[in-house]
Amino acid sequence: MTNLGYARALMGLSLAFHIIFSAVGVALPLLMVLAEWRYLRSGRPELLELAHRWAKGAAILFAVGAVSGTVISFELGLLWPGFMRFAGPIIGMPFSLEGFAFFAEAIFLGIYLYGWDRVSPGLHLASGVVVAVAGAASAFFVTLANAWMNHPAGFDLVLGRASNVDPLAAMFPAGWRAETVHVLLSCYVATGFAVAGVHAWLARRQPESRFHRAALSLALAVGGTAALLQPISGDFSARNVAVNQPVKLAALEGQFRTERGAPLRIGGIPSAAAAETRFSIEVPRALSLLAFHDPDAEVRGLLEWPRDIWPNPLLVHFAFQVMVGLGSWLALLSLAAFVRRRRAQYGSRFLLAVALSGPAGFVALEAGWLVTEWGRQPFTIWGAMRTAEAVTPVPSLALPFWTFTALYLFLGVVSGVLLFRQFASTSKGAALAEGSS
Amino acid sequence: MESLLGAVVLGALILYALLAGADYGGGILDLVAGGPRASSQRRAVEKAIGPIWEANHVWLVLVVVVLFTGFSEAFALISTWLFVPLVLLLVGIVLRGAAFTFRAYDRDEESVQRRWGRVFAASSLLAPLMLGTVVGALASGRPGLPPERGLFSWFAPFPLLTGGLATSLFAFLAAVYLTVETEGALREDFRTRALGAGALVFLFALAAGVASYRAAPLVFTGLTRRGFSLPLHVATAVAAIAALSFLFARRWGLARIAAATQVALIVGGWGASQYPYLVVPDVTLASAAAPPATLRLLLEALAVGALALFPSLVLLFRVFKGRRSPSP
Repeated sequence: MTNLGYARALMGLSLAFHIIFSAVGVALPLLMVLAEWRYLRSGRPELLELAHRWAKGAAILFAVGAVSGTVISFELGLLWPGFMRFAGPIIGMPFSLEGFAFFAEAIFLGIYLYGWDRVSPGLHLASGVVVAVAGAASAFFVTLANAWMNHPAGFDLVLGRASNVDPLAAMFPAGWRAETVHVLLSCYVATGFAVAGVHAWLARRQPESRFHRAALSLALAVGGTAALLQPISGDFSARNVAVNQPVKLAALEGQFRTERGAPLRIGGIPSAAAAETRFSIEVPRALSLLAFHDPDAEVRGLLEWPRDIWPNPLLVHFAFQVMVGLGSWLALLSLAAFVRRRRAQYGSRFLLAVALSGPAGFVALEAGWLVTEWGRQPFTIWGAMRTAEAVTPVPSLALPFWTFTALYLFLGVVSGVLLFRQFASTSKGAALAEGSS
Repeated sequence: MESLLGAVVLGALILYALLAGADYGGGILDLVAGGPRASSQRRAVEKAIGPIWEANHVWLVLVVVVLFTGFSEAFALISTWLFVPLVLLLVGIVLRGAAFTFRAYDRDEESVQRRWGRVFAASSLLAPLMLGTVVGALASGRPGLPPERGLFSWFAPFPLLTGGLATSLFAFLAAVYLTVETEGALREDFRTRALGAGALVFLFALAAGVASYRAAPLVFTGLTRRGFSLPLHVATAVAAIAALSFLFARRWGLARIAAATQVALIVGGWGASQYPYLVVPDVTLASAAAPPATLRLLLEALAVGALALFPSLVLLFRVFKGRRSPSP
């Protein structure tokens, strides 16, 4: 692999790792606050226990998220000095604001985790609310920076240098609404279903436990609501891509030739060499309909652009299919959940489906992130700077790549084991809550 | 405007040294915990830094983002030239935070706790060593090579000595803080460690000062010949002597104030002597500064952010540091 390849692999690894912890950092505090709030209102002990357990999970994941996020802030310069030199003054603002959001998260998570007996219940709950809001704000600001990389704004490119920099205009580039909403919802979907998955699994073994039932109902309410809203937000995102990055749309739909009334391709293998997508199920006119809300609209194909600015259609199309497929499945599952919620009854087959769908939200989230990153290649700043121009001249990036691969593998495994233990001992907590009520 | 922003960066670095520095120092005290009360010492460290280390850590993130927004040229150059120690710093930061948290939530068995404790302590040593080395390398200036060629120029006596200085300074700070937060025999343990670390600080400072004569002429000149140098020297020396004297006299609160003042003066003195350079001799505050529109917006955001941030920080420290905690 070339040095550029290792730089991309290291950045990708760092982000793919961090994104899991930051998504949990957005959504788990909301769950824990909801549990505590409902406990304060109802006094049901299993809800307090739940807030405690979820807070412990948040503590482990937030710590790993905080340090892996620090790695990324440094890596922006370590791996992409060309990008930072150019983009720092334009797009540094959202990162700075994210710094303040991160401060708020860290301060109030400290108070929340260690302050159960030290501050009043009202202040404690309020601290949790600040953590939940600041977590969402962090994700919002970081996504603004990514939206700018997709639709650069707020500067003029004069002889390869930025002039007339307007950082406020850069903060809110075209499509910022669609992308930030889509990312925030994905955090709630992924975390909600991951948490629901674990509790569904345990609820199958302990059907009488109120603890797991309370947990499931909260996690499914949050994850399910987000999962039902996500297709709407996805529609906005796709139309936004269709207008602003048509070559990306062509790659993610496997559309090679420009045509009117383009079909939607489900599955299939795009072949750049043959300039066609084989073995897909085609829904006539559906792509034109979805992308432009007009069944006869023209969709431009990859062949309209020179080969050297194509993203890799195979990777992008595949990741896109995974995201849409899993997202749709979770939306259906959410519908089923809301129907059952009214009857207050989760059957064993439903629990199995939820348990098996536990990882689906995170897989969809990672796939969606890959769609937007791979789909932006070969540019790091769409149309303005190629990834190859941004990379560091430092040689031998293989070494840091393998170092961080080993480090993250280790941290991932340990966090997984510790979280599992938290949940496993939840069973004991459940028995306790059961006995006392 | 760029000088004001430079002052903000320096101020954030000072706060990072005073707060997060002491958290690293806590890890070093975990490493050297010993005697009959070794496990009480470790528990005191854990209790002292548990609720606050993540908030303290954010000061570094703030430094990084302000640097790359306001002075992206300097950020890009430093990241390339000091790639190696910065990556090692990151390894230290990641392992320290992760191991500390894992220890808190893993099984309460002696062997498990010891294993995480060792990772926590070793990485608490690595991170400040690299941080101090980076500062030393910045102070000595960049050799006149393309950035990717001088990758190991930081591996020289002066930067490594400042690495040692930062490490011993942080350990000193942590031990002094802990004398305020503990009682009885445990407090005496930390007093002994503070005095030992204080002696190391003195040795490293002396050696680095001598080395700076050759390696970091700007700092040396700044430390000896600029207008502010004599008063600064006197003030730092007074703070250092005061900190040690108060420790001897067991005036814990005053020792804490003097030690913090000493660290602030050392970091501030470095920044002042390097002014107006960000990277000697290539980049100054003015040459790296972002366009005025960015600087203005950034300063406004920092001002508004500070209004929300400082009351929150005060709340955090009052909740966890307000009353004297009983010794464990």
